[in-house]
Amino acid sequence: MKIVVAIKQVPERDAPIHIAADGRWIEEGDLNYTINEPDAYALEEALQLKEKQGDAEVVVVSAGPERVQSTLREALAKGADRAIHIECDDLSTRDTLGVAQVLAETIKAESPDLILTGLQSDDLGLGQTGVVLAELLGIPHATIILQVEFSGAGLKVKRELEDGWFQHVEMPLPALLTIQSGGNKLRYATLMGIKKAKTKELKTVLAAEASAAATISMERVYLPEKQKKTEMLTGSPQEIAAKIVEKLKFEVRVI
Amino acid sequence: MSGVLVVMEQRSGAWNRMSFEALAAGQQLAAKLGAECSAAVVGSDPGALATELSSKKLKKAFAVQHALLGIYTSDGYVAALEQLIKEENPDFVLLPHTYQVRDYAPALATRFQQVLISDVIGIRTEDDRADSPIFVRQLLQGKLNADYRHIPPGPCFVSIQAGTFRADAVEDGTAATETFSPRLSPDQIRNKPGEPFRESSHTVDLTAAPVIVSVGRGIGEEGNLPIVEELAKALGAELAASRPICDNGWLPMERQVGSSGQTVSPKLYVAIGISGAIQHLVGMKGSKAVLAINKDENAPIFEIADYGVAGDLFEIVPELTKAIQTAKS
Ligand SMILES: Cc1cc2nc3c(=O)[nH]c(=O)nc-3n(C[C@H](O)[C@H](O)[C@H](O)COP(=O)(O)OP(=O)(O)OC[C@H]3O[C@@H](n4cnc5c(N)ncnc54)[C@H](O)[C@@H]3O)c2cc1C
Repeated sequence: MKIVVAIKQVPERDAPIHIAADGRWIEEGDLNYTINEPDAYALEEALQLKEKQGDAEVVVVSAGPERVQSTLREALAKGADRAIHIECDDLSTRDTLGVAQVLAETIKAESPDLILTGLQSDDLGLGQTGVVLAELLGIPHATIILQVEFSGAGLKVKRELEDGWFQHVEMPLPALLTIQSGGNKLRYATLMGIKKAKTKELKTVLAAEASAAATISMERVYLPEKQKKTEMLTGSPQEIAAKIVEKLKFEVRVI
Repeated sequence: MSGVLVVMEQRSGAWNRMSFEALAAGQQLAAKLGAECSAAVVGSDPGALATELSSKKLKKAFAVQHALLGIYTSDGYVAALEQLIKEENPDFVLLPHTYQVRDYAPALATRFQQVLISDVIGIRTEDDRADSPIFVRQLLQGKLNADYRHIPPGPCFVSIQAGTFRADAVEDGTAATETFSPRLSPDQIRNKPGEPFRESSHTVDLTAAPVIVSVGRGIGEEGNLPIVEELAKALGAELAASRPICDNGWLPMERQVGSSGQTVSPKLYVAIGISGAIQHLVGMKGSKAVLAINKDENAPIFEIADYGVAGDLFEIVPELTKAIQTAKS
């Protein structure tokens, strides 16, 4: 059993947002990077399946510039067996289809039984790479998955629906799943794991040139406009508390 | 056909309400383009729903009908809609950004070598480029907006976020209904979906609470929860949370507010250490008043808050609890 987890490196959640001079992205110099949170859940699911399955291999794959190697190393420290860095410095100029093509090429050569990705990225949030990857590989997929079980020759997964509803889906292997947060508890890398990771294989392959021009383009980024006029309450914590009490008494009328 | 095609969503013969928001978006986009709008509904027997659409201002209302489309599968929907779109050749395909659309629309777009512009919160056209609309999306969980354009040739696939357009803005008129029968065979459909089910026997009904105190990841760790619990007690409020708090098991899932939790509209919603991601906002933006406490003055929660405090919750919340206790005694 081989499980591939496709991982994206994204800016840390508390990253300072300064729009770059060309208005097309944020200043990257200010940023620290980390694993995309839903991808961390995908990795966790893969590691737990491996623990249940015994003879499984978990391979983590990430496309991007050199810095993504740090995220791959962390995945190795948590327990992944091998890592592949698809070196690609122009990832941001490729659209989802272009990125999925880059991933598909490398992952196809691995012929995995199961591919896991997070359901969307915390930075662009397009929520499509996994589904497009499955389509390119010609394998079935299911999205927003919380639990995965091997059942017979295939899978039985628990899929989240809206408003607190769920559904089970059965599907054959090989398959691709996009993983939702909360299905498992995330593990931390142990010191032992970090040590071991240094001896694990991290292979770098070069991404092929983009085969087609992007079909969508991001023209400009900007801070959102407020929809409501927010009354900001300022002062010392005591003063703020007193102002809120006034509002809750006389305007909202809940005290 | 050119023009705009809106793919509506139904389950067991009942509309997903967001479909009509997408329909309003489609009609408005078509008007700006000087083109016509059509709509499609997919199912094993969608005729009655298509007939309902015949009273809307549309060119055509398609009933995409096949026995294998009774229960949603990505394989069935992608194959069926691919055939419809190839035949009708729309310039724009609009869909509501539902879980179902997230599941199949990226694959459908791939069949046309296209990329879905997903989760759009606004559509603008500029006078000098009326044929090339700008689609606005959020980045970095709502901290930034971005303008996207599609690069022809199309079709251009777009999914519309909940609440972006008003369902009641759909224009009435007349439409010719047409049945479209795609070619499908059982072996094309690889997944076997089960019946939808609910897990917890909702013992907590947040929807009835007049005041809700809701806590997010800003609380840091489970051991800090008493700070907000005491505020909730002082206010006589129900305690609620954003998803990460429930994911971590710090509060039960039935206290989660948002697209995968409960939808609430209390008199007062106090959001503490919650950034305001769209999946959270859709669950609480109907609140009569929102008070947000967040150390990041640019947090998206402030876009919809009536009262805001840009500050550290660990300093503000205990003082607030004290002040409320005093005011009430
Ligand atoms: C399909 C799908 C469904 C989802 N469903 C839901 C849902 O139903 N409900 C939901 O909530 N989310 C849902 N999410 C997740 C959602 O996208 C966000 O990730 C989540 O809402 C973020 O929660 P948060 O605001 O608590 O955390 P964060 O985004 O991490 O925000 C934490 C905030 O706390 C602030 N903060 C930190 N420290 C302090 C301090 N000391 N004082 C004051 N402020 C502080 C920070 O400035 C930040 O704004 C869903 C996502 C997907 C993809």
